[in-house]
Amino acid sequence: MADFLLFALLGGVGVALVAGPLGSFVVWRRMAYFGDTLAHSALLGIAVGVLFDINFNLAVVSCCVILALILVSLQRQKLVATDTLLGIMAHSSLSLGLVAVALLDDVRVDLMEYLFGDLLAITPDDLLWIYGGGGIVMLLIWRLWNPLLAVTINEELAQVEGVPVTRIRLALMLLIGVVIAIAMKVVGILLITSLLIIPAASARRLANSPEQMAVIASLLGVVAVFLGLYASWNFDTPAGPSVVVAALAQFLLLYSLPIRRSA
Amino acid sequence: MSPANLVEITNLNIHFGANRVIDNVSMALKQGEITTLIGPNGAGKTTLVKAVLGLLSPTSGMINRSPTLRIGYMPQKLQIDTTFPLTVERFLKTAAFASAEDRLQALQSVRAEALLKQSVHSLSGGEMQRVLLARALLRKPELLVLDEPAQGVDINGQIELYNLIASIRDRYNCSVLMISHDLHLVMAATDQVICLNRHICCSGHPEQVSTDPSYIELFGVPGAENLALYSHHHNHQHNEHGDIVPLDDDQEHDHSSCGGHH
Repeated sequence: MADFLLFALLGGVGVALVAGPLGSFVVWRRMAYFGDTLAHSALLGIAVGVLFDINFNLAVVSCCVILALILVSLQRQKLVATDTLLGIMAHSSLSLGLVAVALLDDVRVDLMEYLFGDLLAITPDDLLWIYGGGGIVMLLIWRLWNPLLAVTINEELAQVEGVPVTRIRLALMLLIGVVIAIAMKVVGILLITSLLIIPAASARRLANSPEQMAVIASLLGVVAVFLGLYASWNFDTPAGPSVVVAALAQFLLLYSLPIRRSA
Repeated sequence: MSPANLVEITNLNIHFGANRVIDNVSMALKQGEITTLIGPNGAGKTTLVKAVLGLLSPTSGMINRSPTLRIGYMPQKLQIDTTFPLTVERFLKTAAFASAEDRLQALQSVRAEALLKQSVHSLSGGEMQRVLLARALLRKPELLVLDEPAQGVDINGQIELYNLIASIRDRYNCSVLMISHDLHLVMAATDQVICLNRHICCSGHPEQVSTDPSYIELFGVPGAENLALYSHHHNHQHNEHGDIVPLDDDQEHDHSSCGGHH
């Protein structure tokens, strides 16, 4: 097998594994739009990376984390509704990124690669970011699993029961920020949220507990990566979008099957 | 703080901007007693309860409670997204460090042990309230705080639920603070009623409160024959916004049946 194909598989699988549990929280907490907003800001991170000549991965992770922090603090204000705020941030950060990239006229940045991902161009350095960052994210989710569930069920109940709600919520947003940054290479800015929510939504059809849903979402994501890459290899389709189409096919299949669940 | 009181509230004010939601409220929750808050919509009942829980900080005034006070809380409504696969058992597991035996026992004391393996999404309103109550009991509470426990429960179920709460108080020897809309349904299961409309309109034993003119003014006449017995004057009236309008001094008359802080 060609190296680049192996790297693509490893990268895609790494991202799919970590996207399962986090995507489940995105679905449960209705944070899809939040994920989109963070993803769109990633392009700004690329521009900053080029401008100050820092590692792109580092620049994108920092940009997503900073934006997550800004969003958390802005959500406390009551002037603008949260979805309006997210809409403003999502599209203006994307536009700012596009403008900034265009102004850097001495550097050619391949926009398509960042908007839709370039799974087949994953380097060993990218893999390090995916598995290093992803590993830390998985460890934190594992450690914070129960408080994360408690906060998702009801924040006030969790607070009365002694869960540090603000810190847990902040942690979840930062984790999503990190995953979006490392997933960008695989499916691109415009498609990242789909990798978080589609496998999780499909997994809901089969899951009877939050743990099952997280694990099944990861597995479905891995299968979608294999299917997408297979299609890309055989039919010369773009890799990132092929992965998303494979995830969609799983979703449609699972929702058209008559499945009985107990929870 | 008196040892018989679990929580003491003194001159509590909570303002949201210019909106005075809680206005100079003083009250105490006594050991082993059931206290019911009643009042119209927007009277600040939930706000007051959240302040007792420590979810809201007061604008001014004092809330005295032991920092180690174990509180079991049952929120008004628990909306769990249907995308969240959750059985009653798993739901109870996210609460405290409780053993499987504790969980079953808590469900048994609300007579809901049959629901253990069911999905929370398939529960009726009354079943969900019982499960929430069981979760609150898992913490072995000294104080049980229930925000409209009977919401979404039919009348027969409501009476049963209030009786259940009274029996839980006896069994767990805890105090209860709850919000209710209907005084007459909770009467039998309540030691102290506080009628709240931003400030405390009247308080006392349920029979007294139900015939108090300020209660009747807010909720209408329960039975006209009771009215004459307890007719007395107040030192304030309410205008259409619910604000306090003082009466002239010569009309002022403190009534003993109402322990209100006017």
